[in-house]
Amino acid sequence: MPNNFLFTGIDIGSSFTKAVTINANKNIIGSSTIHSGIKLHVAAEKALKESLSAKSDEDNIKKMVITGYGRKNTHFEDIITSNITEISCSAKAARFVYPEEDVTIVDIGGQDSKIIKIRDGRRSSFKMNRKCAAGTGTFLEELALKLRIESTELNNLGKLSTNPAKISSYCTVFAGTEILSRIREGAKVEDMVRGAYHSIVKRVLEIDTFDNRVVLTGGVIAHNSVIVNIFEELLEQPISVPPTPQSFVALGAALYALEGQDK
Amino acid sequence: MQPNYYKKLVSIFIPNTLIQNFDDRIEMTQENQIKSVHELKKIATDYYQNLDEASKDPHKKVAWCSSVGPAELLLAFDFNVYYPENHTAILGASRSANKYIPLAVAQGYSPEICSYLTSDIGAYLKNETGLQRAYGIEKVPKPDVLIFNTNQCRDVQDWFNYYAREFQVPILGVNSPTFIDELSNTHFKTVEEQLKDIAETLEKITDQSFERKKLENKLQLSLECSNKWNSVLETASSIPSPLTFFDGCIHMLPAVVLRGTQIAVDYYNMLEQELKLRIENGIAAVAEESFRCFWEGMPIWGKLRALSNQFSELKTCIVASTYCNSWIFSDFNPQEPFRSMAKAYTELFINRSESSKEKYLKKMVDKFSIDGMIYHNARTCPNNSNTNYGLPKRLENLTGIPSLQIDADLNDLNVYSEEQTKTNIEAFIEQLAGI
Repeated sequence: MPNNFLFTGIDIGSSFTKAVTINANKNIIGSSTIHSGIKLHVAAEKALKESLSAKSDEDNIKKMVITGYGRKNTHFEDIITSNITEISCSAKAARFVYPEEDVTIVDIGGQDSKIIKIRDGRRSSFKMNRKCAAGTGTFLEELALKLRIESTELNNLGKLSTNPAKISSYCTVFAGTEILSRIREGAKVEDMVRGAYHSIVKRVLEIDTFDNRVVLTGGVIAHNSVIVNIFEELLEQPISVPPTPQSFVALGAALYALEGQDK
Repeated sequence: MQPNYYKKLVSIFIPNTLIQNFDDRIEMTQENQIKSVHELKKIATDYYQNLDEASKDPHKKVAWCSSVGPAELLLAFDFNVYYPENHTAILGASRSANKYIPLAVAQGYSPEICSYLTSDIGAYLKNETGLQRAYGIEKVPKPDVLIFNTNQCRDVQDWFNYYAREFQVPILGVNSPTFIDELSNTHFKTVEEQLKDIAETLEKITDQSFERKKLENKLQLSLECSNKWNSVLETASSIPSPLTFFDGCIHMLPAVVLRGTQIAVDYYNMLEQELKLRIENGIAAVAEESFRCFWEGMPIWGKLRALSNQFSELKTCIVASTYCNSWIFSDFNPQEPFRSMAKAYTELFINRSESSKEKYLKKMVDKFSIDGMIYHNARTCPNNSNTNYGLPKRLENLTGIPSLQIDADLNDLNVYSEEQTKTNIEAFIEQLAGI
């Protein structure tokens, strides 16, 4: 295979669209993350362009795999594309980054959370959160809105907490009411934020059992390292985070593109 | 354009006006059609027309019966038997249930209880019926008596009690022993006694003597119907399968509403022959069938078409289900009518213990060469959802067959997440394909 051949994976998520382009040697030559917005095709095109270092690179793309919630809404005229679910792409990336290891992947995205298990080099199971937004990025966005702070400030606030507030509700809306109660009780903002992070982790821990190497991925992990600490605290084991957790699924899609894996 | 097979199927439950709005994304070829569906449509129309006429004729009697209630007993007393569950499935399949559920909720029926109940009562409160659009019938037939069996859940009892109060008619019920592992004569005896009491009460209500011969005859016909329905469903053990679970949800109608009649027996004779012919000719229900899955739990009535299409696109045939199997009553014995009815109606899968269900499902996995289990966790039907006490994981360990849980509902589509369900199904089939 010529060295200049390129392969791209695009993960169109509910909040962000991520693209990763690799060469035939599976080296990442570029990646990008942009807001998905409402025009998913536009987001995908933009993410693709931004993942390439030179304009000429686009002509060298031999195949693309599109994944994520918007995978069926996008197509490219000049590039062979196929789509595979984000669950399979995540598993693919895990097998590449952690070869020959049994791994439990925890992907926390904007609108859902997933637990994917790799056993003996194969995906053995997966589970997603139920319909409710508890345990997803949406929960954090709601929290920031309620506290009238930017969601980008949450992680630093969470690190300052010494006494996490108790937020036990399953429901994002009810959790908002609980936060109001905590405010009335005089709880510190950082403690409420940390309490909300705890709430997310607890919801995720209910989805499945956790064993072997536990790997956290997804946009929520990329921007909220506090969650990793809480997972370590509650699971009482070290947690792995890949170098680019938000683009992990897009990397898996790019690997599928390279292998020509299709359905 | 080739006729759309699925359109024909759902037309039994769904009025033509809605069918016209269905997109034609999946067109099945002429040879894929189960042709018996034309006869089924006629049978369904006749059944409801007869009920409508009976409800208007002062010399005829109408009884309402829960779907796995003692229908044969009612037939032996010459009742025309109406099954509210079939009516509410029509509301679900035509996606009108959510229009009616809030009306029942406003009357104090929780949105968390059976959405069959809430949509049916809601439609009644609105003075509407699914039969109007499907069969041109203005009202559900007024009952002279209501009869339920708690072998499926407690909700049927409260559902029927609503109508007993509303119509001021007698209500009779069988309270079955539930969640039993190994059923014994003690269990059967208690049900048998209740059935005999019901027969006595029906004598008083109808002013008609109980005729054992008549019951034996109805039971014989029900047994034949059940055996034939079983044979129909077992054709799906062929690879590829000549029918899907989604077909079964439509073709089960005679087993539900016409068991105890020759019409049902004749229909399943015809259907079985057709399916056997399909097997001989290698006609698959799902073209290029690559994976075979089992559906555990209730159908998602409003999404039958969407799910059928998605699985077809994924070359996956849902070959069997606990739901369609619910109307197999192999233990009916005309020589022992009361005891055998007690046995057959108490042994139902839905009415049994977790370990009994596990054994049954293991058998199904082997019998139908299952690649994957799909569990429908129906929000308002915990009694017929088997995802809440760890069964899927235990069965996975026992069989090595992976499983998927779909969180949805039988009628309430407000608790259904379309995108999440689609992705879950697609990812599951990718898993089976080793992707």
